[in-house]
Amino acid sequence: MSDTTQSSPVLAADGRPLKHSLNRALRRQKMRALALILPLLAFVLLTFIVPIGQMLFRSVQNDIVQNTLPQTVIAVQSWDANSGEAPDEAAFAALAADFKTAVENKTHTRVGSRLNYETPGISSLFRKAGRKAKRWDLETDGPFKEQFLDIDEDWGDPAIWRTIQKFSPPVTSGYFLNAADMQLGDDGVEFRPENQQIYITLFKRTLFMSMIIMGSCILLGYPVAWLLANLPSAKANVLLILVLLPFWTSLLVRTSAWKVMLQQQGVINDTLVWLGLVGDDARLVMINNQFGTIVAMTHILLPFMILPMYSVMQTIPPTYLRAAKSLGATNWTAFWRVYFPQSVPGIGAGSILVFILAIGYYITPELVGGTKGVFISNRIAFHISSSLNWGLAAALGTILLAAVLILYWAYDKIVGIDNVKLG
Amino acid sequence: MALTPVTPSSTSFTASTTAAAGAVAGLFIGTSQGNAFLGVIIGALLLAVIAFVALQMRDREKAIRWIILAGFALAGFLMGGLSAGIMGALFGWFFGWFIFWIGETRYRATLVPYLTPGQVLWHYGFRVICGAIFVFLITPILVVLPLSFNAQDFFTFTPEMLRLDPEGYSLKHYRDFFTSQDWQLSFRNSVIIAPIATVISVTLGTLAAIGLSQSHVPGRRAIMAILISPMIVPLIISATGMFFFYSQMGQVLENNLGLSKTFVGYVKVVLAHAVLGIPFVIITVTATLVGFDRSLTRAAANMGAGPVTTFFRVQMPLILPGVISGGLFAFITSFDEVVVVLFVGSARQKTLPWQMFTGLREQISPTILAVATILVVISIALLTTVELLRRRSERLRGISPT
Repeated sequence: MSDTTQSSPVLAADGRPLKHSLNRALRRQKMRALALILPLLAFVLLTFIVPIGQMLFRSVQNDIVQNTLPQTVIAVQSWDANSGEAPDEAAFAALAADFKTAVENKTHTRVGSRLNYETPGISSLFRKAGRKAKRWDLETDGPFKEQFLDIDEDWGDPAIWRTIQKFSPPVTSGYFLNAADMQLGDDGVEFRPENQQIYITLFKRTLFMSMIIMGSCILLGYPVAWLLANLPSAKANVLLILVLLPFWTSLLVRTSAWKVMLQQQGVINDTLVWLGLVGDDARLVMINNQFGTIVAMTHILLPFMILPMYSVMQTIPPTYLRAAKSLGATNWTAFWRVYFPQSVPGIGAGSILVFILAIGYYITPELVGGTKGVFISNRIAFHISSSLNWGLAAALGTILLAAVLILYWAYDKIVGIDNVKLG
Repeated sequence: MALTPVTPSSTSFTASTTAAAGAVAGLFIGTSQGNAFLGVIIGALLLAVIAFVALQMRDREKAIRWIILAGFALAGFLMGGLSAGIMGALFGWFFGWFIFWIGETRYRATLVPYLTPGQVLWHYGFRVICGAIFVFLITPILVVLPLSFNAQDFFTFTPEMLRLDPEGYSLKHYRDFFTSQDWQLSFRNSVIIAPIATVISVTLGTLAAIGLSQSHVPGRRAIMAILISPMIVPLIISATGMFFFYSQMGQVLENNLGLSKTFVGYVKVVLAHAVLGIPFVIITVTATLVGFDRSLTRAAANMGAGPVTTFFRVQMPLILPGVISGGLFAFITSFDEVVVVLFVGSARQKTLPWQMFTGLREQISPTILAVATILVVISIALLTTVELLRRRSERLRGISPT
């Protein structure tokens, strides 16, 4: 090489330095790739990520008290919650004024039911007061403290006012505390009374049952994956169809099939009775309890365990096992020390996938779980569609989502999301 | 393929093994007839004698196996009619095969010669365990099929069905499905919503997968994580999020653009389902693109083809199998989806799974089993298509099945 080429930059055909041209080409390539991705990314962000974010925000959102009772919120700020008495006339007058506007907009019942989540009984107080407040004249009908106490003695109860004061900020931790069976008591955070604690039990049950489902999927999936990986491919492909058919069959078909199989007059009980193993009057109860949920969900999620295990086991050379045995290992040692460690990535991938899918399940527990076999998802659905306590549903959902995202992150680290294989 | 030269086993070994198998079968038949102990004894003795006789005439194997089959079928028929006769024939076929499989040491022939007897036993024991797991996987699906032809409104086999009496079977649940307004509406809705959602997710998903597969995409991992997230986030969370979002969006569309409520309802469900199908398209198409030879596009560009021509004439035909199977996944996701449509849709958008869900929860009618059977047939068709496409794709890419 001559010296000149080293000192002056290499030029492209159009006379620009080659480095610039290459950079420009690279930039254009990047832009083109991004342009291809952008429509989908925008679509997913707009119709999926943003709605979920909005929904999660509901778990702390509490502007309803401030928006509906603006004057009361200000008036009650100066009241000493530990004084043991209701606030003075100013607060009641502010409340009366707020009620007047709220009743016109018909929003007072909504605040009532919001505060009722925290202190039961408030909802009816608000409804009763709303009926009277419609006819009040703010100028002449005072003093309002007596008016309110006339409607219901409970308006003099400091507990009611403490609740209003505590939930006047636009952001609240109340829903999250509720989701963890706690509440904002008079002296800070405390556990709810024993008979109102349901969510921790429900979370524990969801985790525990997902673990059992995952464990039984490993137990049932491992032998099948091993068999598929070690058979000649023609036979393995035929058997693989038996795994893929349930995978492709509608979830509701499989759930209804399990309903048919497990119920008291169902196929399994009939067979057992016919065989004489179980008396006709002592048919097994296998549905509408935890057992039903576990069996049906193990069946539904088993393909998700077998497929990743199979794809990992396919890459393990069978010669290793033979080599171990010819070096003097027993059957068990050869399997445990040589084969099993190599198949662990498959078990990990399958387990996380099954666990992620299991803890968020809704349909199957709803249909075969009864009351004892339901998951946290069923409670979320209940709060969204029946009890309409959306904030609590959002808080429960946030906790569930956080758990799933941690597992998702772990899955990405261990397996890599690009390596997910279907079928 | 025989790996090991075999010599016939001793008669006493064969007879005792067969007797053990007979004892197990006798246990079941005995319990169902009310006397387990007698069943075991009779089963063991009967099979030991049959095995002993059969092995005396090894050279006439075919005839003997037919005789055993016919004998068992006849015995079953005399004991409990037609269906018991069929059961008996199955038992007879199995025992006929089993006696000679043991007697001629055929179980050893396909295995490597150095295995110990314990290893041989484990080899077959393991296969029996796997067989049981396959039965667990497939039985629930198979049980639904005959029950959907039940003449009664029961979810269980009636005595007429067990006797294989034609009276016990009918097509009435299918007739109900094809005439009921509710089921027909939901079927139509499913057929409208799923294909449109699939088209949206396949179009956007394929483009994005092509973009993602290029080198030098900034933030590739993060983008991928976002695009896959609809598959990972629990459906109930997606459904509640979409519930609030789409009810606001629906109001905007109805009030500002004056669109009809029904149309907006369909748009909402289609968009929601399209998002759910996207991860499947992305995953399958990127997997296909991994094996795509990039020099082909360069060669096409070299010969003067523009990017669009290159895409449609070179790249698309090669990745088409992946795109179609991704599309089928997206289709089945939407076709099978119930949680999101429950929250986002209104009664006008009721889909087939929704109708099944309410049917299972409220009024349990066997029409569900007829629908389930139809859906199983559809999924078999889809599975076959995907399998064929996968093989074709492997052939195109020059990967022969190993």
